[in-house]
Amino acid sequence: MADPMRIRASMTGDKVEVKVLMSHEMETGLRKDAQGKIIPAHFIRNVSVTHGGKTVLSAQWGTSVSRNPFLHFRFKGGKPGDKVTISWADNRGEKRTDEAVIAGG
Amino acid sequence: MDAKRREVLKTGGGVLALAAAAGIIKPGDALAQEWNKAAFETKSVAETVKALGGSGSTASGAIEITAPDIAENGAVVPIAVESKLPKTQAIAILVEKNPSTLSAEFEIPAGTDPFVSTRVKMGETSNVYALVIADGKYFHAVKEIKVTIGGCGG
Repeated sequence: MADPMRIRASMTGDKVEVKVLMSHEMETGLRKDAQGKIIPAHFIRNVSVTHGGKTVLSAQWGTSVSRNPFLHFRFKGGKPGDKVTISWADNRGEKRTDEAVIAGG
Repeated sequence: MDAKRREVLKTGGGVLALAAAAGIIKPGDALAQEWNKAAFETKSVAETVKALGGSGSTASGAIEITAPDIAENGAVVPIAVESKLPKTQAIAILVEKNPSTLSAEFEIPAGTDPFVSTRVKMGETSNVYALVIADGKYFHAVKEIKVTIGGCGG
């Protein structure tokens, strides 16, 4: 099981500013280990962010997103106290969902 | 007639909300398990645009890429893209000289700013493209990022 995401959601004016740090190795499948064997690819492919049952961002990623991915975006329609839910799924079928409460601006 | 239509719409929304509340539709399930394998295997900007459903893209001054001119560490290159194009639906980040061109694709629903910021790996100095789909049309901006130490090697 992957480590929890670190999520910061706060109001900036009338928008919710979301910053996420995920814990994932994002292995490309192109690197070799000390024995010269290819290290298999292991990376997040899908990310989805919801607020109040509505998707506010969805993403598809390849292997070239950096290890321990960072994501920053903004959406309208949220208020302090609301929850923002973030989910990812990787190429091995592992998943993780975490949520954060929107802080006041 | 109109009032009735409104009533139906309201009820329809209520059913969805109920389904969500009852846990029938879990937020995690909304996660599009769809992954555009073909797009992530493309080896050039033109191929990526095609794999994402476009026939070509137009250079646009309304797309801004914020990224360093020189990245000392190719493993972690911060890239932010902001689009000022009306009806921006999607933003993709492409690294021309990476083994696979497409790095990330973000879908921007109405209500979400046409802006994303993330970090990508770059194997070597390359042009980085921000591809934006706005009102069904394809646009791009490009910025060269010099890489001192590549981020994809062994």
